[in-house]
Amino acid sequence: MNGERTHRIAMTVNGTYREAAAPARRLLSDFLRHDLGLTGTHVGCEHGVCGCCTVLLDGEPVRSCLMLAVTADGHEITTVEGLATGGELSPVQRAFQECHGLQCGFCTPGFLCTVTALLRDNPRPTEEEVLEGISGNLCRCTGYQNIVKSVHRAADLIAEAGREPTL
Amino acid sequence: MKPPPFDYEAPRTLGETLDALAGGGKVLAGGQSLIPLLNMRLAAPDRLVDVNGVAELDTLEVTAAGVRVGALARHARVERSGEAAAVQPLLRQALRHVAHPVIRNRGTVVGSLVHADPAAELPAVLALLGGTVEAASSGGRRTIEAAGFFTGPLECALAPGELAVSAFFPALPPQTGTAFAEVARRHGDYALVGVAALVALDDDLRVRAARAAYLSVADTPLVLDLTEPATRGQAGRPPGAADWSLAGADAAGRVRPDGDIHAGADYRRHLAGVLTERALAEAARNALPGER
Amino acid sequence: MSTSMFGEPIARREDPRLLTGQGRYLDDLGRDALAVAFVRSPHAHARITGIDVDAALDVDGLVAVYTWEDLPGPVGEPLPLLIPHPALTHGRTGYPLARDIVRYAGEPVVMVVARDRYLAEDAAERIRVEYEVLPPVVGIENAAAAGRLVHDDVPGNVGAHLVQQTRDAAGRDAPAAVEAAPHRLEFRLDIERSAAMPLEGRGVYARWDADDGSLRVYSSTQTSTSVRMAVAARLGLPKTKVEVIAPDVGGGFGVKIVHPWPEEVLVPWAARLLGREVKWTEDRREHFVSAAHERGQVQFVRVGFDDDGRIRGLDVRILHDHGAYTPYGIIVPIITSTQLLGPYKPDAYRVEFTSLYTNTVIVTPYRGAGRPQGVFCMERTMDRIAAHLGLDRADVRAANFIAPGEFPYDQGLTFQDGRPLIYDSGDYPRMLDMIKELVGWDGFERERAAAARRGRRIGIGLGCYVEGTGVGPYEGGHVEVDSGGRVHVSTGLTSQGQGHETVFAQIAAAELGVPIEDVTVTTGDTRRFGYAVGTFASRAAVLSGNAIALACRRLRDKALRIAGEALEADPRDLEITDGTVHVRGDTTACIPLRTVAVLANPLRYAFDDEAQRATQFATGGSPDEPPVAEGQEPGLEGRDYYSPVRSTFAAGMHAAVVETDPDTAEIRILRYAVVHDCGRLINPRIVEGQIHGGVAQGVAGALYERMVYDEAGQLLNASFMDFLMPYATEIPHVATDHLQTPSPLNPLGIKGAGEAGVIPVSAVIAAAVEDAEGIRVDAMPLSPDGLFRLRRRAAADPGLRLPRVRV
Repeated sequence: MNGERTHRIAMTVNGTYREAAAPARRLLSDFLRHDLGLTGTHVGCEHGVCGCCTVLLDGEPVRSCLMLAVTADGHEITTVEGLATGGELSPVQRAFQECHGLQCGFCTPGFLCTVTALLRDNPRPTEEEVLEGISGNLCRCTGYQNIVKSVHRAADLIAEAGREPTL
Repeated sequence: MKPPPFDYEAPRTLGETLDALAGGGKVLAGGQSLIPLLNMRLAAPDRLVDVNGVAELDTLEVTAAGVRVGALARHARVERSGEAAAVQPLLRQALRHVAHPVIRNRGTVVGSLVHADPAAELPAVLALLGGTVEAASSGGRRTIEAAGFFTGPLECALAPGELAVSAFFPALPPQTGTAFAEVARRHGDYALVGVAALVALDDDLRVRAARAAYLSVADTPLVLDLTEPATRGQAGRPPGAADWSLAGADAAGRVRPDGDIHAGADYRRHLAGVLTERALAEAARNALPGER
Repeated sequence: MSTSMFGEPIARREDPRLLTGQGRYLDDLGRDALAVAFVRSPHAHARITGIDVDAALDVDGLVAVYTWEDLPGPVGEPLPLLIPHPALTHGRTGYPLARDIVRYAGEPVVMVVARDRYLAEDAAERIRVEYEVLPPVVGIENAAAAGRLVHDDVPGNVGAHLVQQTRDAAGRDAPAAVEAAPHRLEFRLDIERSAAMPLEGRGVYARWDADDGSLRVYSSTQTSTSVRMAVAARLGLPKTKVEVIAPDVGGGFGVKIVHPWPEEVLVPWAARLLGREVKWTEDRREHFVSAAHERGQVQFVRVGFDDDGRIRGLDVRILHDHGAYTPYGIIVPIITSTQLLGPYKPDAYRVEFTSLYTNTVIVTPYRGAGRPQGVFCMERTMDRIAAHLGLDRADVRAANFIAPGEFPYDQGLTFQDGRPLIYDSGDYPRMLDMIKELVGWDGFERERAAAARRGRRIGIGLGCYVEGTGVGPYEGGHVEVDSGGRVHVSTGLTSQGQGHETVFAQIAAAELGVPIEDVTVTTGDTRRFGYAVGTFASRAAVLSGNAIALACRRLRDKALRIAGEALEADPRDLEITDGTVHVRGDTTACIPLRTVAVLANPLRYAFDDEAQRATQFATGGSPDEPPVAEGQEPGLEGRDYYSPVRSTFAAGMHAAVVETDPDTAEIRILRYAVVHDCGRLINPRIVEGQIHGGVAQGVAGALYERMVYDEAGQLLNASFMDFLMPYATEIPHVATDHLQTPSPLNPLGIKGAGEAGVIPVSAVIAAAVEDAEGIRVDAMPLSPDGLFRLRRRAAADPGLRLPRVRV
């Protein structure tokens, strides 16, 4: 078996143009973690069930373990590393800390990406909509109660920020 | 759990895609079923033809006749389409049961049909509605009726070199209602049993036809005509009502599910009856004027 | 305790890094390391007749392939039996790579090292191992029947057999007491296998430094100090040349306390041999088939009781499935058999367990560690008694409680730590009142009737438990204040998300009187603290928390002594507030701790301003005395250990209301209530989080998760598709309330909280479903299909139906 053919793969990750060569079979999750060194995206099952590897592809949450990196060529990706701006936690991140919405933190990046998109599309979700929204992400530590609370709290924080007068 | 090596092509047009497939290869669209199989090395195609860059396949056309879904239209897009839901409400009713929102952002409707998982929702929908799949190859195009499309578990009628370019879901006629009901172990899991139901009323709002399609009870989507048991003794019932219980019992007697680690055959048969009754009743309510 | 930091629900200090993707878990390290994959046995029981690696050799990027034959000396010896016990007469452990025989599907046979994991899997796929398949032993009863053997030299598949018993006041043993009792019941209970299933699997990453002959190992482990000892021993290295670090760990729940895993020996060995960084990151499939499971037991119960439901005699026989090997001994069945007693005091108790080999993945502690099974047994027994007598289930429990005035209460058995099972404190009657109130026990019949009028079927269940926490032998703590006033706390045990960085900082801040912002905590790093046991048995807060408190008290004493000299004050008149030592009631006579830190070291190179400032306090000392006086040490630090005489016993009571669908047999939890007593709370928010997570795992074990083996020993549901770990949509809201009966055994008065939430859930859900359905529930987990079959059986067998006379 000789060396495998590689592809130049370029994408915008967290607002920065990134490029690397990788075989076609390289999963987006591995590309982000190992080729680009963005290890905040975690891999929990590699068959699309746990949601730890969820990232935003052109703004929409997707499983990065169920996508080839080469398919993401030319697209925009946001990972957990890209959620905070200027060193300041995003409202979703702040809410998770305030509400103790994480314990070991392994599933957290997937939840944060999922919830960020959820609240963008639906700024004031009902309890049922929150449950549906995070229903594809497994957490083994928290029992979800404080994650659900975090989502509602994040909605509050976003609403508060929206009300603040801009100077 | 890493995919085995494969040759990779990423055509940009339908023509290039069909040319590529003429040389053999497996189509990669949403990848939500294929990539897990690759990661587990349960599938090892020599060549993948990635159609994600073929913009002309990313279509959703809604007309009075029905909903045509292109090969790259994601579940989420179809689910969110109010137009599609107005013409054929069963699509949205079923799509809400397909895995989780994040999976629906990526998975495609046509891909789900081609994957032909007996536990999947969309094959049952296509079968119940009598929809079609449009197939294309470098040799030409053909339309495949739902009844002939699903040939076995994880098998469909596409020939080597053929691409399913779209699927067509006919519009719901007037005074017709649909519903979807399923029981899954966890929210978003493949159903232990799922039922897509359709009830048509006549001008007097009497039940004219009742049909249901089943997932997880046979190797391919099973469609049962339940008009006869449902309408037995219909006289005297209020508009849109019928003997859904008898229809459920009839369905339970006609399905032949297998058991697996999640549920036994007896339970699945029982569920088929319960869910038939529930789904038909809801479909009939939806068929009443003003309910759609 | 000098500040209010102890007991406050402060936000976690781990969170900022974990929320921004800056955590560092095992696979985030060693980006350039070689990757390892294993060829694992596809058979549950087979003899290896040949291994052909030739086809793998031309895989591009392949670096090495190893089989057992390649492993030198101690590297190839059977893995250690960590916790021997006299009753474990036939303990057996596996080899790091299988030698001749494989005994479970998933056992590692060949190790492959390659440039990346993709290539390693390519090579592993091409290796051909020939097997002569042997008949497997699968299932507890098949193991007990012993028609086939897992190990040729273990007769009857029996690894261990242990009997413990107490006698009643008349000197009768339990069988006799049962016979003499006014009422008797006899029944069987079943609990299926489940697993800890952290979202991060196991993993090991090793770097060999050839220049100084040292090894650094990172492992996703619950015990870095013990991994270090194991690696040093197997590789023939002095302990001082091996450092082991547990980085951020993505959950453990027990499975990562086992050590050394085969991979923890093999990866460091290969790193040294190859002179390259080597890493193995377990994937999900590997975790299912080659880590560890728990729970599976069959229990046979005989109980005798009086008209009030008081247990006169309880006689329990347990068959425990421990899988193919016993590296972790028989801790799980010992805990089941002792913690089964819960808050109760039967007159006479006899428990006998037989721990059996099967050709399945090993069984080692998973959160709760045998307690869920024991509590299931006892609580099902309580409900049976209540049903038999037509009494309120809560009243039967109350009739059997140990009274608040009876502590310390000696159960007359030997606990998991080899010490007597003596409960230190608790108030069970008060707790029962609280849980009844919280769940709405007394008004439930009205609620049931109202639901029934709407065609809905609901039921209520209750479960009580006592949990021995904080087992020894010890943990240590080290605290140091540097000349910048920063407080560095370290302890040897590891963290997997419990918030140790926060709660240990709270303890240190409270003990020292410093702002918590000045405190940093390091856990699980042998470079910082070498002596430790590990994180399991709800012991971290109790053991390390107290050790850190004691270390802080040593540091504080020293700081006050030095400050006293500098301020010319009696140390007894000094206190520390906000990081400054001052005379009590007079903040003008003061000296910052950072200055005390400089004074504590007679070597005063003026590296910083603080060292220069400190000279104004220098008291010179006698020219005839050495600068470091006898008995003193330079530096402002403290080290101490906490070694409890025995465990401290937390307790809790849970209750749930469930609804069962009369048609689909789906089971939904409408509400779930927890009253919990873990002594003094260090951080209520973190304790609540532990309870929520535990309850979720309990619900998972009650309604969703199990390990399904077929007759050939194949695990049929080795994926998250088929192992049904619940999502948010499956887990109920949990209402919590706390009772605080401080432990008299430790300085901080705390008890463990980590495992509590999971323990009684199966018992509670079984009780609630039984109550809703009026059908006896004897086996868990219970699926809709299971309930459907139970209904059918009960329709044909009135013996399965309950008399409808309660609550």
